[in-house]
Amino acid sequence: MTRDEIAIAIKDIISQIAPDEDLGNLDPKVRLRDQIELDSMDFLDIVMELRKLYGVQVPEADYKELATLEGCANYLEAHLADKELHCASNA
Amino acid sequence: MRYDTLVIGAGFSGLAAGIRAAMFGRRVLVLERHYLWGGLNSFYKRKGRLFDTGLHALTNCGLRGAKGTPLGRLLRQLRIHPDQLQLLPQGYSELRLADLCLRFSNDPELWLENVTRAFRKQADRFLELHRTVGSLDIDRIEDPAASARAKVEAQLGDPELADVVLMAPTFYGSAREGDIDWDQFVMLYRAIFHDGLAQPEGGVRPLLQLFLNRLAECGGELRRKAGVERLLVRDGRVYGVRLEDGEEIEAEHVLSSAGWVETMGLLGPELGAAHLRPEDRATMTILETISVLDRPPKDIPGPNPLAAATVFFADEQRFAYGAPKDLCSATHGVLSVPSNFAAPASGPTAEPTLRATLMAHPEAWHTLPPERYGDEKQRWSERALDLVARLYGDPRPYEVYRDVFTPRTITKYTGHDRGAIYGSPTKHRGGATPFAGLYLIGADQGMAGIVGAGLSGATIVNLHVLNSEVA
Ligand SMILES: Cc1cc2nc3c(=O)[nH]c(=O)nc-3n(C[C@H](O)[C@H](O)[C@H](O)COP(=O)(O)OP(=O)(O)OC[C@H]3O[C@@H](n4cnc5c(N)ncnc54)[C@H](O)[C@@H]3O)c2cc1C
Repeated sequence: MTRDEIAIAIKDIISQIAPDEDLGNLDPKVRLRDQIELDSMDFLDIVMELRKLYGVQVPEADYKELATLEGCANYLEAHLADKELHCASNA
Repeated sequence: MRYDTLVIGAGFSGLAAGIRAAMFGRRVLVLERHYLWGGLNSFYKRKGRLFDTGLHALTNCGLRGAKGTPLGRLLRQLRIHPDQLQLLPQGYSELRLADLCLRFSNDPELWLENVTRAFRKQADRFLELHRTVGSLDIDRIEDPAASARAKVEAQLGDPELADVVLMAPTFYGSAREGDIDWDQFVMLYRAIFHDGLAQPEGGVRPLLQLFLNRLAECGGELRRKAGVERLLVRDGRVYGVRLEDGEEIEAEHVLSSAGWVETMGLLGPELGAAHLRPEDRATMTILETISVLDRPPKDIPGPNPLAAATVFFADEQRFAYGAPKDLCSATHGVLSVPSNFAAPASGPTAEPTLRATLMAHPEAWHTLPPERYGDEKQRWSERALDLVARLYGDPRPYEVYRDVFTPRTITKYTGHDRGAIYGSPTKHRGGATPFAGLYLIGADQGMAGIVGAGLSGATIVNLHVLNSEVA
C-alpha cells in the first residue's frame, strides 16, 4: 500500500466504526479526535480492525502514532508496504 | 464441538457480547433457555395481541442524537448504523413526588427550569450537580459503589430535592434499597436528563431483530431452548457447559448474563456455594399491569391529561425505594405510555396501551399458594390503576384487555433469582469471577438498562476475550 492508500484504508475503517461521521474534509495533519467524534473505544477498534484486515499488530505504546492520518501513514508505511488495500466494507 | 466463546443468555447483554466476539472472528455460540430471545426485554403473544416486556423507553436519544452517548457507543461497537434504528422521541415526561409535579423532555432546559422553579434556594447547587454529572468521564468514575444519595444530599443540602434528583435513575436501575450506586446514578441521570428518552418504532422487536441480524451476519450462532444446567470446571477453570438435555459443549471463554447468584448456582453446590452470600441476593423487583385501551390515555377524562410518555411517581412525602413489606407497594412506581412518544412516520400505529409498574416483594410472590396468586395479581393491578385514576383519570372504562406480570413471571421466563430486574445489589464491575474462563455480563456486572446491558456485553468481551489481540 502507498501512503495514500493507507489513508484510504484508515478512513474506510473509521467509516465502518463511525458511519455517522463526515470524513470528507479530514485534515491529515490534525488529530482525528479533534475533527470527528472518536472516543477511546472507537480508537481501540481502529487498531483491532487493522489487525483483522491486514494482520498488523500495533502495541499500546505506539497508539499515539496513529493520532493523525499523516501519523498513520508514517507509522504503518513499513508494516503495510507489501499489503493490498481492501476495504472493510466488503471484507 | 468446540467454541471460542459461549454466551449464556440471549438478552441484550448476551447478544451484544456474541456480536462483538464474532465480529473479530471468534467462534461464538449464544445459548438461551427460553424459546424466545430478549430476556427481560422480550415479547409475547396473548389473545392475538403482541406485547413487549420491559422497554418503557430507550435512553440517550436527545436533541443531539445518540452520537457520543452510551447508545451511540454501543451502536458503534456493534457496527449498527444509527439510521437502522427508528427512534420516536418522547414529548415530555413527569416526575411526581407528593404534591410536586416536574416535567422534563429531550431538551434538558425544561427540566432545569422546572427544578429551579420548585427549589429556588438550591437552584445554584442543583445546576452545579447537573453540570458535574454531565461532565464526568463515564469510563473513570471514582468510587463507583459509593452511595449516590449521600453524595447528592451533600451537594444539594436538601433531602427532598435529592429525592427528586435520585428518583428516576433509581427506578431505572437500582438494585440497592433506599439508594443507588454512584456510577449507576451518573450514567442513568445523564441518560435520562441530559440525553433524553425515545421509543424504537415498533417497540422492542425491531431492536432485537437488528441485534439478531448482526449476530448472524458476523457468523455467531444462537441456540434457543438450550438451557445451561451446569458449568464444567477443571482445575479452577471453566471449560464449557452442560445443557439441560445432557449435551456438553466446550469453549475457551464462557460469558454469563444469568446473574451472579444464578451463575454461582450453575457451578453446583460444592464450587458455587462458597461464593454465595445472602446479601448478594436481589431484593428489588416489580409487578407490571398492562392495559390495552380503546383510546389514547391522554383522552381519558380526569383531573389531569395523561400526556406524559413516562411518569415516575411517589405518592409519599419522601421517596422510599425499597422492597415492600406487602406483596407490592402502591405508593410509588412508574407509568409508561407508548402513545405519548412521537407517532411513527409511516406504518401502523399500535393500539393505545398504558403500563403501570409497582415495586414488588422479592419472595412473597413466589410462595403464594396457587389459589391466591390470580386474585392477588388482580388486586394489585387494581391498586395500580386506582392510583392512575386519582392522578389522571380512570382508564378502566376504556380497557379492552389487561395483562399482569409478577416477579414469578419474570423468574419463569428469565431464570432471574427472585424475579429481580436489576440483579444483585453487589456488582462485579470487572466482570471477572473466581473461575478462570468465566465472566459476568449484564446487570450484575454493573450496567443498567438496555443500553447498559449491551455495553456490558461489548466491554467484557473487549476486556477478557479480545484483549490478547490488542495487547
Ligand atoms: C418491566 C421492565 C421494564 C424495563 N424497562 C426498561 C426501559 O424502559 N429501558 C431500559 O433501558 N431498560 C429497561 N428494563 C431493563 C432491561 O430490561 C434490562 O436491564 C436488560 O434487559 C438486561 O439485559 P441482560 O442481557 O443483562 O439480562 P436478561 O435480559 O435478563 O437476559 C438474560 C438471559 O439469560 C437467559 N438465561 C438465564 N439463565 C440461563 C441458563 N442457565 N441457560 C440459558 N439461558 C439462560 C434468560 O432466559 C435471559 O434471556 C426494563 C426491565 C423490565 C423487567
